[in-house]
Amino acid sequence: MTLLWIALLPLLGVLVPALTAQRGRSFCSLATAVLPATALVMTLLNVPALLDGEQLRFSVTWMPELALDLAFRLDGLSLLFNLLILGIGLLIILYAHYYLAKDEPFGRFYAFLMLFMASMVGISMSDNLILLWLFWELTSLSSFLLIGYWSYRSDARKGARMALTVTGAGGLALLAGLLLLGDMAGSFNMGDVLASGDVILADPRYPLMLGLVLLGAFTKSAQFPFHFWLPHAMAAPTPVSAYLHSATMVKAGIFLMARLHPAIAGSELWSVVVSLVGIVTMLYGAWFALMKTDLKGILAFSTVSHLGLITVLLGIGSPMAILAALFHILNHATFKAALFMSAGIIDHETGTRELKQLGGLKKAMPVTALLTTLAAAAMAGVPLFNGFLSKEMFFTESLATPVLGGVSWLLPALATLGGILSVAYSLRLVHAVFFKPAREEPPKTPHEPPHLMRLPVEILVVLCVVVGLFPAFMATGLLELASEAVIGSPLDFHLAIWHGVNLPLIMSLLAFVVGIALYWRHGNVRRFTQQFAGIDARRVFERILISIGYRSEQLIAALEGNSLQRYVGWLWLAALVMGGIGLVQITDLTGAAGNQPLDGILILGAVMLMFGGVATAATHRYRLISLLMLSVVGLFVALTFARFSAPDLALTQLSVEVVTMILLMLALFFLPQKTPRESSPLRNVRDMLLAGTLGLVIASLNYAVMTRDTLSISSFFVENSKPGGGGYNVVNVILVDFRGFDTLGEITVLAIAGLAIFKLLNRLRLFMPHSDGEGRVWSPDRYPAVLTSISMTLLPLALLVSAFIFLRGHNQPGGGFIAGLITAVALILLYMARGVAWAQERLDFPFQPVAVIGVAVATLTGLGSWLFGHPFLTSAFGYFSLPLIGTFELATALLFDLGVYLAVVGATLMILANLGKVTTAHRPVTETSGKDTDAAAATSSAKEPR
Amino acid sequence: MMQHLIVFPVVLPLVAGILLLYQRQGLVRYKRAVSVAATVLLLLVATGLLRQAASDQVTYYALGDWQAPFGIVLVLDRLSALMLLVTAVLAVGAVVFACAGDDEKGSNFHGLFQWQLLGINGAFLTGDLFNLFVFFEVLLLASYALLLHGGGKARIQASVHYVVLNLAGSSLFLIAVGILYGATGTLNMADMAIRVAELPTEREGLVTAGALMLLVVFGLKAAILPLYFWLPKAYASAPAPVAALFAIMTKVGIYAILRVYSLLFGDTAGGLEALEQSWVWWLSLATLAAAGVGVMAARDLRLLVAYLVLVSVGTLLAGIGMRSPQAVSALLYYLIHTTLVTGGLFLLAEMISLQRGKAGTRLVKGRPMVQGAGLAMLFFVGAIAVAGVPPFSGAIGKALMLNAAEGTQRLWLWPLLLLTSLASLIALSRAGSTLFWRSHRGNISGSPLARRQWFGVIWLLSAAPLLVALAGPVSSYTQATADQLANPQVLIRTLLPNATGDAQ
Repeated sequence: MTLLWIALLPLLGVLVPALTAQRGRSFCSLATAVLPATALVMTLLNVPALLDGEQLRFSVTWMPELALDLAFRLDGLSLLFNLLILGIGLLIILYAHYYLAKDEPFGRFYAFLMLFMASMVGISMSDNLILLWLFWELTSLSSFLLIGYWSYRSDARKGARMALTVTGAGGLALLAGLLLLGDMAGSFNMGDVLASGDVILADPRYPLMLGLVLLGAFTKSAQFPFHFWLPHAMAAPTPVSAYLHSATMVKAGIFLMARLHPAIAGSELWSVVVSLVGIVTMLYGAWFALMKTDLKGILAFSTVSHLGLITVLLGIGSPMAILAALFHILNHATFKAALFMSAGIIDHETGTRELKQLGGLKKAMPVTALLTTLAAAAMAGVPLFNGFLSKEMFFTESLATPVLGGVSWLLPALATLGGILSVAYSLRLVHAVFFKPAREEPPKTPHEPPHLMRLPVEILVVLCVVVGLFPAFMATGLLELASEAVIGSPLDFHLAIWHGVNLPLIMSLLAFVVGIALYWRHGNVRRFTQQFAGIDARRVFERILISIGYRSEQLIAALEGNSLQRYVGWLWLAALVMGGIGLVQITDLTGAAGNQPLDGILILGAVMLMFGGVATAATHRYRLISLLMLSVVGLFVALTFARFSAPDLALTQLSVEVVTMILLMLALFFLPQKTPRESSPLRNVRDMLLAGTLGLVIASLNYAVMTRDTLSISSFFVENSKPGGGGYNVVNVILVDFRGFDTLGEITVLAIAGLAIFKLLNRLRLFMPHSDGEGRVWSPDRYPAVLTSISMTLLPLALLVSAFIFLRGHNQPGGGFIAGLITAVALILLYMARGVAWAQERLDFPFQPVAVIGVAVATLTGLGSWLFGHPFLTSAFGYFSLPLIGTFELATALLFDLGVYLAVVGATLMILANLGKVTTAHRPVTETSGKDTDAAAATSSAKEPR
Repeated sequence: MMQHLIVFPVVLPLVAGILLLYQRQGLVRYKRAVSVAATVLLLLVATGLLRQAASDQVTYYALGDWQAPFGIVLVLDRLSALMLLVTAVLAVGAVVFACAGDDEKGSNFHGLFQWQLLGINGAFLTGDLFNLFVFFEVLLLASYALLLHGGGKARIQASVHYVVLNLAGSSLFLIAVGILYGATGTLNMADMAIRVAELPTEREGLVTAGALMLLVVFGLKAAILPLYFWLPKAYASAPAPVAALFAIMTKVGIYAILRVYSLLFGDTAGGLEALEQSWVWWLSLATLAAAGVGVMAARDLRLLVAYLVLVSVGTLLAGIGMRSPQAVSALLYYLIHTTLVTGGLFLLAEMISLQRGKAGTRLVKGRPMVQGAGLAMLFFVGAIAVAGVPPFSGAIGKALMLNAAEGTQRLWLWPLLLLTSLASLIALSRAGSTLFWRSHRGNISGSPLARRQWFGVIWLLSAAPLLVALAGPVSSYTQATADQLANPQVLIRTLLPNATGDAQ
């Protein structure tokens, strides 16, 4: 359980600064430190158990489908990293307390810092690959927030994004790699994975997996060629640089390589790739550390270089090399964090980090000068400091390894070169800042920082010295545990300052002599290199991203266009391909049922239908004619229905046809007078081909369906219409009973259509032309007397007909839908004959409620069946007799049909009324029309000349 | 009343819609109360239904007491219950957000919103192919009306594209259903599954044509590559609560593909088995690629989120294309995540735009925001989740998807999915740093946002951490759902106990 708490406490710590920020900085800093300190103590309390050889594990199943467990382990490696993360983390909190300016939001800073600390602890302790990845990405995110802390600075923002992009990309590769790894090992549990090294190495997917995992590790640990983000991450406040970009986060990649070492390292591929990348990184970083003039830039590149060194050691992979790597992780973290904090102090107290503005600071800041010098000595590898010990071990291993085969002699040579450069840049750092006289004045007058701000540096420097002096006492225990965790078996070693005069010592000496000389002639080297144009990684990176963005925009614009015609074209093409695939599989288009006999009337009807269809398309530029042709199609469809004994359908089709034609005519009025430019001939041909072929495919499919026997369920409806639904008209019983649910949905659709058209037209104000396209003025006779009188006479008749059709619907052709349409047609005629205003005055009610009531009636009819314990929409019917009238039937279906009727009338009139008032001048600018209903708006339009 | 529970997700929004639409103007408080109450009630109903479905029993509701295959049935299984719950959760966030004032920018918002829910819920529940068409119509027209809400040139243009394309799609739906009915003689999907299993060979071509044309329709709804073009502009120009609700709309198409093809063309379908698979698989990958490009190209936050929706569409369809229970389970987890998070992001974009004044959601330098810190935090959570970066739900969903791919599928899915993730990460970090960090110095703009808006966004985005915390139970539910879908016989036997032809 303590393991869980160690991992959890820093995570909970994210909340602490958020909760205590308003109680002052001191309180907040202290409170923030409590939880990580507790976690540190708890880690230390586990050391005895660890020394006893206990396996410290904690595991709770979290998500079995992904093999994700909440599993933590504490072994030597985790211990080493936990100490670094929590220990240095605490020092950083103290340091940041003084570093941040008074008005800066420190609560946010601490929260981000704790988030980062929690994710690092998570990485170090994860006992499950997926869990490890979760924490891994979390470090990228928290580092993004921390680098971008001074968000008003452009370099901070860009640096943050660059870091996130590079490490995020690496993280995604890592996810793929870890999934593969888990797949190969057959488990995502760390212990199982580490134990199945042989299986993993033998797997054919090993190189791919290794590549992906290393991509993750290299991006995180800023290995060449992914190193470029790290120097730009220095835009972060210095505590962040010290913590993330030297001591901990960049070591996550190193940690990963060490952690997975038993599982994935045992191949030649590993040794060659890792050690080569490491050595290039080491030299590259060291060289640029020597060239940089910004204090943090020097430190950043030296960090890159040292990370390379550790990587080389991991690539060599012998037990002693691992030991050296672990030791250097520890040493580098101490001296580099100290150096960064010193750099921060100098920056803080002088206002600059540029070498040329600094110099001679040893007078003003003697203590800082001393501390920095000692830490730099450790970095350079001066004897009696910790850096010396691990560097000697590195030299020893570089001499011993056969990893590069025939060119293995190159390794010690390059290692010495790295040593030379490291001496030179360390010397330069100290000398230029503290001892050389300044060339320019710094912006602020330098003085020593507050003592407590210096305390973390002091602690770390003391550690550097003490470890350097008493390595066996200080580090052996920890390193024994850590190396055992990586290698798998206890390693027998002895840390000592003096090994006698041997080759590594000579290499060290060489490094010092040449390094000092190099710094002495450093000016010449710089002048030489200045002849080459430098590359600013950030600018290149930005340019690449911008060009990707630009290209993407072009690409997406080319892909999408903004053309409805094109979209519809794609839709039809897709339908054509899909239908065609089915069609070609039909071996015999004519089915077993064969063709029905033809007669003259049928042929005539078919010809008319085809004529109507072709003519509609051909005359599409003459909209009125085209519309008339369309109505020919509609009418002949109605006739076809009638011919094949479907009177209900014929009636419906007819009335729908009439209503839609009238509405279309109304809409036509508002279309532009001139049709748009004709498409190019090529496009016409293309469109004709597409439409024609699709038509053929669909016609063929129809033909295939119609010439086959239906195995359909329709006989059930015919048989059950009367006994089950109480009506002889099967179509109507289907509509209101068998499939009443569909009908309920459809009348809702109709009502929504009315509402949508209201929404669309309500704000629309259209120009009403006074003449047609050829300049002919509209007829002054707006309401012809003939039409007026006919419509008036027809209205009661039509209403009577619709009542008749409605009532007989259940047993004879008819029903609510048709009746509703007939009523609507009669009212539309009235509207057209007398004008919207006249009609609205007499039909003084809003239409929306009519449609809604229609839906409500149908719904309530359905709900009524609940009262009798039946499902929604269950119908009931009975026979009653009254004197004079005789026996008649009453069915709930009639009520339902009434709802249909009302919905149809309401929705149709809603559409009509809205179309009619589009040209009203008193149009609200926004859709929020406060008071006016349909009727009111239409009335107001009456005063306008139309 | 409990036996009617299955029909509640349809009846409840229907009745609420009636109450809300009766009067067009005024009664703002009453309308808000009714709408929110109905949505919350829907959430409770959906929760109840989920619990019912979690017993692994398939239950159904025969409308009008007409049994399948003759009448229309609503079918409740794990999948439909899950979709209903996701819809209800999303709707609560959207409707509360709308009550802050978006609802009064036009007419009839709440009524249409409820009827939109009616359409969506009906589509998730129905067991009848033609009834599915009807509900597609309901949700299409309601969404069209809602898209127009508040008006404006961009909306009208986008909505014209939307409605014309989708009406064309509807006609194709009718044709496809007609062909399938002609070939099999039934409309009930379970019955159709039995008949497909016994289909004479000479009719296979017809069924193929019908089924593949149906795939075009569903693909249009789901926004698969050559048919997605309506989506970015429509989503980007929709009013915020509507755009949030639209997050479920593409999932209706995805649901339909999953439902219809797993039921009809499962392992009993003989030569027709998995006839949609290779289409869905390759086009989903292409969609993913296009969406990744779109994400990089977007210069506006809303458009960016719209393309992120498209990324999720590609991912989800790839899950269908893999056609294994593991992949289906992964895609269902991902579906919950992406629906709620992208919904939340659309709402958040509106809030950001309100505070930035003239700059709106365009990714340009703007004024600092009054409540920038809170918005930034929410954006951070949403962005991480949607980009699929830990510690939020997107990462888990993505890992599940990657893990579900097998053999050569990995070769295609992994690089594409990871690269689109990277593209999302880059685009979102650019957007976030421009919106929240790169502001002009000077006057802070905007006024504090309404509490309802904060509630809506937080409600939806809290799914991101919750789905991680509850990853175990959620993924075991989705796994069981996938297993249930892989064995449609349970559903078929429940609906048609007397079916003579055993589809085995």
